[in-house]
Amino acid sequence: MKSLTHRAKRVSNKRMTFLEKLYLPAILGGMWITIRHFFKKKVTIKYPEQVREFSPVFRGLHVLKRDDTGAERCTACGLCAVACPAEAITMDAAERVHGEESMYREEKYASRYDINMLRCIFCGLCEEACPKQAIFLTDRIVPASARRDDFVWGKDRLVEPLTHRIDISKRHFYYKQQGKP
Amino acid sequence: MSIYLFLIEKTILSLVIFAITLSIAMYSTLAERKFAAFFQDRIGPNRAGPFGLLQPLADGLKFFFKEEFIPASSDKILFVLGPAIAMIMSCMSGAVIPWGKSLIIGGHPVSLQITDLNIGILYIFAVVSFGVYGVILGAWASNNKYALLSAIRASSQMISYEIAMGLALIALVMTTGTLSLSKIVESQAASHWNILLQPLGFLIFLICVFAETNRTPFDLPECEAELIGGYHTEYSSMKLGFYLFAEYINMFVASAVISTLYFGGYDVPFLNVSGNIGVLLGTACLFAKIFGFIFLFMWVRWTVPRFRYDQLMRLGWNGLIPLAILNLLVTGIVLVLN
Repeated sequence: MKSLTHRAKRVSNKRMTFLEKLYLPAILGGMWITIRHFFKKKVTIKYPEQVREFSPVFRGLHVLKRDDTGAERCTACGLCAVACPAEAITMDAAERVHGEESMYREEKYASRYDINMLRCIFCGLCEEACPKQAIFLTDRIVPASARRDDFVWGKDRLVEPLTHRIDISKRHFYYKQQGKP
Repeated sequence: MSIYLFLIEKTILSLVIFAITLSIAMYSTLAERKFAAFFQDRIGPNRAGPFGLLQPLADGLKFFFKEEFIPASSDKILFVLGPAIAMIMSCMSGAVIPWGKSLIIGGHPVSLQITDLNIGILYIFAVVSFGVYGVILGAWASNNKYALLSAIRASSQMISYEIAMGLALIALVMTTGTLSLSKIVESQAASHWNILLQPLGFLIFLICVFAETNRTPFDLPECEAELIGGYHTEYSSMKLGFYLFAEYINMFVASAVISTLYFGGYDVPFLNVSGNIGVLLGTACLFAKIFGFIFLFMWVRWTVPRFRYDQLMRLGWNGLIPLAILNLLVTGIVLVLN
C-alpha cells in the first residue's frame, strides 16, 4: 500500500538486543536530549510585560473615527450593519440639532452604535462597506472579561477619544506596500 | 562534658537539621516546577516574589487555608495518622547522617552528626521502610478503591526493591567492614570514594532509591493517569501537603544517603583544609553533592516515562536482584583473593 506521507515508519516486533534490554543507553540518550532543552532559549512571552508582535494585517478591536476637526464621521447609514455577516452591529439614527455641528459631521448621526464582540468575526467587511470611512478595525485586542455584558461595546468605548487619536494606518500601509487594494 | 551541655548541643543540632531539611524540601518543590519548566522550554513560576522565590510560601499558605475534609466512610484516626507517619518517618532518617567532621567550639569537639549509631545503615532502612506505612494506612483509611490499589502497589514495590537495595548495600558493607555511617565516610577520605569500588552496586542502589522514594519512572503509587493521584486521592488541605512534602524530604534524605555511602559524604575531592573552615567546607561539599542528586532526581523525572506495573516487577525481581547477587559474589571473591 502506498503511504500517504513520507514520514511513515515501518515497525517490527523483533526481539530486543541485550543493549536495548539494558534500557540504560536509551535513558542516557533521553537525558541528553532533555538537558539540551534545559539550556535552550525559552519560548515563553511574559504577557503583561511583553506583548507578542502582531501580524501587520491583524484585525482587532474596532474604532469609530472622528474627522480632523473632531466631529464623528458616522452618519448612521447602516451599511456596516447590512454588510456584517455575523449581525454583530446594532445602531439607532438621530438627527443633529442646532449647536451640535462640531460634534457630528453631517445632519444624521448614530445615537446608539453597539458591536457585540462575541458575535463579531473580525472579517473587516464593515470597514469595506463604510462610505464615510468611519469604522476601522485596529491592531488592538478585545480585553477579556468574566461578564457577558462587557463584550457589547457601545459608543462610549468605540468612538475614538479626542485627546489621543488611534492609529489605523498600519494595516493599510502594509497593503499599499504589497500593492493590494 | 556535662550532660546538660550535651543535651543542649544535640537539641540545637537536631533543630538546625530539622529546619534545613524542611526548607530544602520546601524549595525543592519550587525547584521541581522551575526545572520542569526549563526542561520543557518554559520559564516556570515567576510571579510570587523575584524569580518566584515566594511560591513555596504561597503554596503552603494555600494548603493551610483549604478545607480540611475527612470522608464520612473513612477511618478517622488512621486517616489522620497516615500523613503524620509519612512526615515523621521522612524527617527521622536525617538523624544518623554525618553532616560533617567535628567542629571545635571552645576547645571541645562538637560532632555534626546527631547520633553515631554503630548500625546507622540498618536504622535508615528501618525508618525508610516504615515510611510506606504512612502511605498504606492513609490509603486504607480513605476507603477508596483507587487509594487501596495504590497502597497495594506501594507496598509490593517497596518489598521488591528493598531486597535489591539491601543486597547492593551488603556488598558495600563487605568492602568497608562497618555499618556505621560515620566510619563509612571516614573510610572514603582522600577521594577513595565507594563508587570507584562498587560502580554496579551504586547503579542498583540508585535505581532502588528511585523506587523507594516513589519518583518517576517508579511513581506507580501516585500515577495520576490511572489512579487519580493514588493514596492521596481523598486527601485535602495540609494533610495532602504533608504527603507531598514527605516525598520531597525523602528525596533530600535519599540524596544525602547516596552521597554519604557512595560519594564520600563530606569529603572534599583533591583538597585538604584543616580546622573549622575545613569542616564547614566539607559540609558545604556534602550539600553540593546532595543538590546534585536532587537535580538528578528531577532530571530523570522529566525525561523517563512511568514504567508499566509488570515491567516494574520484572525489572525488580528478574533484573536488579540477580545483578545485586552477582555484585555480591564478585565482591566476595575479590575480597577473599586479596
